[in-house]
Amino acid sequence: MSGVRQTVRYTEYHPRWYRTRVSTWWWLSRWPYLKFILREISSVFVAWFVVVLLLQIRALSRGPQAYAAFEHWLQIPVIVLLNLTAMFFVTFHAVTWFNLTPRAMVVRFGGKRVPDGLIVGTNYAAWAAVSVVLAWFLLRS
Amino acid sequence: MAETISVEVARYSPERDTEPSSQRYDVPLHKDWVVLDALNYIKDKMDGSLTFRWSCRMGICGSCGMMVNGEPKLTCATFLSDYAGDGSPVRVQPLRYFPVIRDLVVEITDFMNKLQSVKPWLIRGDEKAVSEGEYLQTPEQLDRYKQFSMCINCLLCYAACPVYGLDPVFIGPAAIALAQRYNMDSRDEGAGERMDVLAQHEGIWGCTFVGECTKVCPKHVDPAGAIQQYKLTATIERFKSFLMPWAAGNSEMESAK
Amino acid sequence: MAKQSNEPILWALFSAGGVFAAFAIPVHLFLLGLAFPLGWIPAPGYEYLHGLFSSPLPRIYLFALCFLALFHWAHRFRYTLYDGLQIKHLNEVIFVCCYGGAIFGTVLAGYLLWNFH
Ligand code: SF4
Ligand code: FES
Repeated sequence: MSGVRQTVRYTEYHPRWYRTRVSTWWWLSRWPYLKFILREISSVFVAWFVVVLLLQIRALSRGPQAYAAFEHWLQIPVIVLLNLTAMFFVTFHAVTWFNLTPRAMVVRFGGKRVPDGLIVGTNYAAWAAVSVVLAWFLLRS
Repeated sequence: MAETISVEVARYSPERDTEPSSQRYDVPLHKDWVVLDALNYIKDKMDGSLTFRWSCRMGICGSCGMMVNGEPKLTCATFLSDYAGDGSPVRVQPLRYFPVIRDLVVEITDFMNKLQSVKPWLIRGDEKAVSEGEYLQTPEQLDRYKQFSMCINCLLCYAACPVYGLDPVFIGPAAIALAQRYNMDSRDEGAGERMDVLAQHEGIWGCTFVGECTKVCPKHVDPAGAIQQYKLTATIERFKSFLMPWAAGNSEMESAK
Repeated sequence: MAKQSNEPILWALFSAGGVFAAFAIPVHLFLLGLAFPLGWIPAPGYEYLHGLFSSPLPRIYLFALCFLALFHWAHRFRYTLYDGLQIKHLNEVIFVCCYGGAIFGTVLAGYLLWNFH
């Protein structure tokens, strides 16, 4: 065995070769790359949501007047537009995340790999359930 | 027979050119011709100086990978007729992100070294004597790594990977998938050794799960999946060595089989 | 053994945050950012929300959400900047800004929720 293990070296020297530089705008060159970058950008809107949430917590803590002001702020068109954009991106995040789960995590059951569709389906079902529970908590009043 | 199709082929001669250019050839369009047939036609009948790699013509040797209309493809498995019809020429270029040596031939030493660095062979602590017989494996155990063992080193996945293009220190899809092919093999005991190479920034952590490698792979190896799965393994190992430094090592990876 | 890098820990936070964000944020954002302000669904009153946020379990939940979601952002955004803009040479600066931001936000969330009254 060890005889074969010897490091094989191919010619490392070539008189000249040509290497293309990757453009800074590589992610605009193909639709799948753009989709990838949009998926990554979704994280910015995840952070944006945390900011809104922290503002809400602060307003609630400060009293009814502060909270009324916060609710008012949420109605400013720019903020609504921002939240609409954020809504698109966080949904995109959720969908891509759930769809990719079976790639990243192999679940085996009875010696067989659980089919991708089943894992994705379970994810969506759980998503619906979690959403209903959270909405129920927030709307119970 | 009168039908032809234009093929626009990238040309680069290290002696003459400072950068690649392209040359157009009109070749006959047969229903059963693949892009490689067109290249061979050009080389035989029109321009003997055209340089490209190929061997098996049946998607096994992995040497005919090129960019066809901007997508990494095995040219022996890509039909010309799929590109006919709209009148525009078929663009054939060398695999993206690799240095070009000449025309359609790229330099792949970088990959060869990386592949070797992940030790893609069975590593045993102690070798059984031949008289003791073979290492048995159940179909279930085979199933755990079989997908990764289908790789033909065609490097289409590297040509699809922007992370490799941006920073060629990245070990890359196929090499990591092949490391996993041995990590997941019940006969192998080398997972710990491979982790030294894989659990670095240049290994799995550079990957941002673009996922294109998996889409272009002609053998359905799913290198993107292999990398994410390994991230999980490496993370569990890391937490284990943190919580129980005495038990660090192969445990998780061995039990994963 | 491999050199002990912190990458697995950051990745674990990123993943946990990704899961949390995927499951929880769409419904939260839909209600808080769109349905309530636009009047599609009557918004819960101050009293109710104040009461809800005062109990310990929701507060722990909110803290976990902020903490993990921010570390999810930090990790993803860091790599997006590296690759998308080809500014790997600003490695350290980006690293400090992203995780610094996440730590700051987490501390702020902890402070606000701890002192909630
Ligand atoms: S993983 Fe697939 S695309 Fe990559 S080298 Fe192997 S066979 Fe080719
Ligand atoms: S010529 Fe062998 S894979 Fe195409």
